[in-house]
Amino acid sequence: MTELLIKGANLVTGGDDHENALPAGGQDILIKDGRYADPADASAEATVIDADGLTALPGLIDLHTHLREPGREDAETVESGTRAAARGGFAAVLAMANTNPVTDTAEAAAHIRTLGEKAGFAQVFPIGAVSKGLAGEELAELGLMARIGVRMFSDDGNCVSDSRLMRRALEYVRAFDGVIAQHSQDPRLAGRDACCHEGEISGRLGLAGWPSAAEATVIARDAELAKLTNSRLHVCHVSTAESVDVLAWAKKRGIKITAEVTPHHLLLTTAEVQGYDPTYKVNPPLRPDEDVAALRAALADGTIDAVATDHAPHARHDKEHAFADAAFGMLGLETALGVVIETMLNTGALDWDTLVQRTSIAPGRIAGLGSDLGMRPAYGQTAQLTVIDPQRRNPVDAAESFSLSRNNPWHGRELPDPVMITIADGRISYQRQ
Amino acid sequence: MRHLLSAADLSLTDVGSILDLAEEMADVQHRSIKKLPALRGRTVVNLFFEDSTRTRSSFEIAGKWLSADVINISAKGSSVSKGESLRDTVLTVAAMGVDALVIRHAASGAPQQVTGWIDAQVINAGDGMHEHPTQALLDSFTLRKHFGADSGVDAFAGRRIAIVGDITHSRVARSNVILLKKLGATPILVAPPTLLPSGVDSWGCEVSHDLDQVITGVDAVMMLRVQRERMSGGYFPTPREYTVGYGLTRDRVAALKPGTAICHPGPMNRGLEISADAADAANSLILDQVAAGVAVRMSVLYHLLGGEGES
Ligand SMILES: [Zn+2]
Repeated sequence: MTELLIKGANLVTGGDDHENALPAGGQDILIKDGRYADPADASAEATVIDADGLTALPGLIDLHTHLREPGREDAETVESGTRAAARGGFAAVLAMANTNPVTDTAEAAAHIRTLGEKAGFAQVFPIGAVSKGLAGEELAELGLMARIGVRMFSDDGNCVSDSRLMRRALEYVRAFDGVIAQHSQDPRLAGRDACCHEGEISGRLGLAGWPSAAEATVIARDAELAKLTNSRLHVCHVSTAESVDVLAWAKKRGIKITAEVTPHHLLLTTAEVQGYDPTYKVNPPLRPDEDVAALRAALADGTIDAVATDHAPHARHDKEHAFADAAFGMLGLETALGVVIETMLNTGALDWDTLVQRTSIAPGRIAGLGSDLGMRPAYGQTAQLTVIDPQRRNPVDAAESFSLSRNNPWHGRELPDPVMITIADGRISYQRQ
Repeated sequence: MRHLLSAADLSLTDVGSILDLAEEMADVQHRSIKKLPALRGRTVVNLFFEDSTRTRSSFEIAGKWLSADVINISAKGSSVSKGESLRDTVLTVAAMGVDALVIRHAASGAPQQVTGWIDAQVINAGDGMHEHPTQALLDSFTLRKHFGADSGVDAFAGRRIAIVGDITHSRVARSNVILLKKLGATPILVAPPTLLPSGVDSWGCEVSHDLDQVITGVDAVMMLRVQRERMSGGYFPTPREYTVGYGLTRDRVAALKPGTAICHPGPMNRGLEISADAADAANSLILDQVAAGVAVRMSVLYHLLGGEGES
């Protein structure tokens, strides 16, 4: 029998009150054998954590993580990636399918889940590929993956650009309430060489860019397909104001569409690429100020449902190329909450309850986790909890990352560094020393 | 000036002094013994990730005539495909004891990135669609002579210079726009909308889609090389249509004001962007541009590396 008594934390629940729910506000929280219990029942043996002045949130869930295992264990492993996740306050991560081999079978998905269980830092939910080998030609075995609990499918890294395949995928997963998570980007409009936002800066620097329309047009098409199939569509890493407009239009029409935004698109702009530093090369690319403003507003008003990191670790040598040749992506797990607090909470755009909605409740619902994750904490439920000190700030030091990679766009920047304790699946998976 | 990465790195004074020294260097070409001791004991490496015989030989001769030790390294084929990072390649070269690195790369910004990794001075010999600053300097050198060398950098005041063709993909155009504006000239970019980069409105140039309207009022036309593969990219329908719209045809040569300079950075697609009549016209400066390349690069190398190494 293990007992953990967190004393005096201010619990933000983010969810509706119900019979078994833990009350919101300042209180003691008891976790007995991994489950929430009445603090009045705490025994003398309980390990006590003084959380006076700290805030407790339902464990964060990341809808969009690249763990690189199998295939690129030099950049990240399930173990290193989930350790980084725990440090960032995440109790669970959804692992993208673009590994090598691709997660396009039930066996591959089960393997990744097992690796996550072994590591024990955060629950790992594999995302299945939409198409075999992410080739965009034939459907992967979506149903067999669904039998072992996979609910989210994505060819992320690639756009499912064939509209007929996209229609079939949406239709097919309706049978088990699956969701297709789309990397919305018309590959023809963008072109093979695109490596940043198309605009004044790309024109001046001589870099091939993606026009904003390459994203918005695919979201519009997919929204129509979601309507046609009455199925669930999730839009990955929305990055432009035009896309926000399309999302608002689709939601108004009752289409089952949800969307996520990354922390880096909430704070960094295309101006970062002016030094040709591949750390800032990411897909979708960083966008101008107007887009950042639109994304923040959309996350605040719910047009964008969730924050997701798109944590994309890369070995140093894959970033030490000319900008156009370097790998896409940046780290995000350890800094995500800090960036969201900085951009959304400290600016008054979000309150704490809505922040919990965007980082835990909505991600759990979208991913169809249907477990103790992404819910308001309740007695008897497995504890998934993130205890934070919202006042704590620090300059980010890439060298101190738990990730195996160092492509950290926040290095040297002062940000909130709030996470004190992460409890995943009932156990402490991170505790600040 | 520590590096030459962009025409923007040059002050007006730098440009004047580079062009003036290039005039002196040009005289060396007419001597029987073409050697100055200025860079003796200095090592210049031409690190070319992309083929360019013309630019590479021009830098090579320039370095040799200044008595530098010049080494050519061809790193062709993307380093990505070879599995070696750009940083590793450059560190390996720099470890051999290099004073200046002349870099040509198919990717924009590569020379700038390199400056963060090594101590040697870096000269951009053309990076992707970004810049080619020594080409712009030699274009200005050639034009200044044409406009009247005695007037110094003022030779450009009030001059209108058309830059015609694929502006989007042209490093020559980007460097020339910056340099010509600095010198007081007005660049006029002439191209179909598909070959104009996004944000071109903020470049401080005039922009036109009508070559016939522009050429009657300019002091120079710079024609840009057109890659035929742009056609398959849908930038224009056919070579024929391109030539009709944007080629320097015989009729257009006839429409130029007397004395209007004709420039082309080479290699030319005769019959596509430039007719034989234009290339071989009396006021064509195309061969002068090539000759100017060596003198201007000698001057640039001297400006960057001169200092304590000079004698
Ligand atoms: Zn993606």
